[in-house]
Amino acid sequence: MISVRGLKKVYGAIPALENLDLEIPTGQFVALFGPNGAGKTTLVNILSTLLLPTDGTVAIGGFDLKRQANDIRKLLGVISHYPWLYSRLSAKENLMFYGRMYGIGSLEEQVDRRLSDVGMDSWADETVDRFSRGMQQRLAIARTLLHDPPVLLLDEPYTGLDRHAAKMLTNSLAALRSEKRTILLVTHDLSQGLAQAHRAMILRSGRIVEDSQVDELDFDEFTAKYDSIIGG
Amino acid sequence: MPNNDNTGSKRFLPAMIVVGFFGIMSAICMVFAYAPQERVMGIVQKIFYFHVSSAWIAFLAFFLVLVGSVAYLWTRNAKWDRFAHSSDEVGVVFTTIVLLTGPLWGKPVWGGWWAWDPRLTTTLILWLIAVAYLLIRAFVDDRDQAARYCAVLGIIGALDLPIIHYSVEWWRSIHPSPIVLKKGGGGLTPEMLKTLFVSMGAFTILFVVLVTVRMNLQAMREKAHDLRRLIGQRRST
Amino acid sequence: MRAYLAILGKDVRQELRTKEMITAMAVFALLVMLIFNFALGIGHTDKNTLAAAVLWVAFTFAGTLGLNRSMSQERAGESLRGLLLCPVDRSVIFLAKATANLIFMLAVELVAIPVAIILFNLKLVPSMVWLPLVLFLGSLGFATVGTVFATMATGTRARDWLLPLLLLPIEIPVIIGAVQATATILTGEPPTNAGMGFNLLVACDVIYLAVCYVLFEYAVEV
Repeated sequence: MISVRGLKKVYGAIPALENLDLEIPTGQFVALFGPNGAGKTTLVNILSTLLLPTDGTVAIGGFDLKRQANDIRKLLGVISHYPWLYSRLSAKENLMFYGRMYGIGSLEEQVDRRLSDVGMDSWADETVDRFSRGMQQRLAIARTLLHDPPVLLLDEPYTGLDRHAAKMLTNSLAALRSEKRTILLVTHDLSQGLAQAHRAMILRSGRIVEDSQVDELDFDEFTAKYDSIIGG
Repeated sequence: MPNNDNTGSKRFLPAMIVVGFFGIMSAICMVFAYAPQERVMGIVQKIFYFHVSSAWIAFLAFFLVLVGSVAYLWTRNAKWDRFAHSSDEVGVVFTTIVLLTGPLWGKPVWGGWWAWDPRLTTTLILWLIAVAYLLIRAFVDDRDQAARYCAVLGIIGALDLPIIHYSVEWWRSIHPSPIVLKKGGGGLTPEMLKTLFVSMGAFTILFVVLVTVRMNLQAMREKAHDLRRLIGQRRST
Repeated sequence: MRAYLAILGKDVRQELRTKEMITAMAVFALLVMLIFNFALGIGHTDKNTLAAAVLWVAFTFAGTLGLNRSMSQERAGESLRGLLLCPVDRSVIFLAKATANLIFMLAVELVAIPVAIILFNLKLVPSMVWLPLVLFLGSLGFATVGTVFATMATGTRARDWLLPLLLLPIEIPVIIGAVQATATILTGEPPTNAGMGFNLLVACDVIYLAVCYVLFEYAVEV
């Protein structure tokens, strides 16, 4: 599903990503760990078509990143620590807007369904600036799933979430996992990442230094390795 | 040490500096010794050679900013961005010279400091755009972002320049200056023309030298900045 | 007294370090003088040109303010990124935003015109039916370049000040053309009688629209 070859991103002389090769087959849930500045956000930004690589090829769902960006965008759902919502519009208006951007059929029906899925239907007509962070993230999840994307990119989505919202997010991820969607989760939370993922990777200084199937790895060994990499 | 793009100019630059030095010397000699003194305006008219030469460079510089900007957006090669940036900076210097020498020369000719002469006014607007270009660099911290924004301004600004010039000319035609133009001298004698060309040529070489030096300086500065950041990163991981 | 001097000293020292604000202010002051000059023309000006000049200077600065606000709202919520993730061509985003900015400017202008008529005791002439057209053409010239530059400016540290510095020099031809066309209307003649002024406006609009349509995606790239 996601195919990365020789990916390179430099800022001046500083390499953010170096010669990255990565294959994520359809339906795989990958947890990506790494210290700050390792290049995790850069990788997600490139995969989400927001950033151009300096070199290398990226293909998602068979579409080339440079030439078929809009086709890739239709396949992607991205959740970050920013909710990307319009604070003066209501929850429903936000979803209706994004729905129209993705060209979704029977939009109102879909919007209502997603709102109730995340438990926000009673706030449908409230403006977003009234929502707590947890509520905004829930709405962001609804927005992301509106166009039913087969690929999900999550960049530290648990940041700033209260326990209730975090649980909601974990449940949503579990559901998405069972629906065989391709998921890339960037997180600092080792136990949470390993609990849900099929595959665990550690990125350091722009390179993948660890890549294993979760059911094959030794938890303590992995934790030790992770600690040593993060600790520097 | 990786092969930087300075090796080509290792021989180029000193050669240009030598040529440029001779060029400037010749120009100065010609301006003061060879070209005849203008009848009406007197010695003040000698500023004209430097004024016009600077103006030529100012507009050449901004044309090169256009070239560099388009090339940068097309190739995303930082070299083009350094080229555009350097051209703009050096261009600002020469544009400032034009704006300073203009009134100096203009006072005896027009009888006032500033007569809203179309060409000088367009040069003033060019100065503003070129300075805005530098302000973007100052206010944007991300290097790639600054390069992109400057490229956009460079392209819009350069393409707008002919329009601006035309509009100012037209504006002046409907708002004639109340300042009565004193009858200045006639055309240029052949000696004056030759002096002017030598002067323009010398300035052009000077421009090339300055831009090359500036580009190298920029490349080194960026490298130093990056190395400092890399060291900081390696220390913390 | 001590606190007063300490705070004063700190403020001055901070500014002297970078001189950013002072430079921006100085350039802005220069620009304001230029804009006024081009709008008013030199020497004696008749009442119609004066009214037209005041109107367009007002629209220029109000328009710049509006452009700033509309883009900085987008940035504040980071919602621009959310928009960029959608499968929409960047040029479509440009057209939509430029149109929105154009509509806001026109709304303000349509309110300002009656006020100006009253304040300046302008004669109600039949040629005033041409006013909406000139307002549209002038504002279009602003909205296109303004949208591109506002997108850039609000992404920088300088936010509010940078936009006028980028935009106003480029808009000088539009202001020159718009003031002449408007002044011509106020004297009772159709704006096409403003000679090259009207053609200048139209030419600017076409060129600015084409160039900005292409360049916007570079301004909005993350």
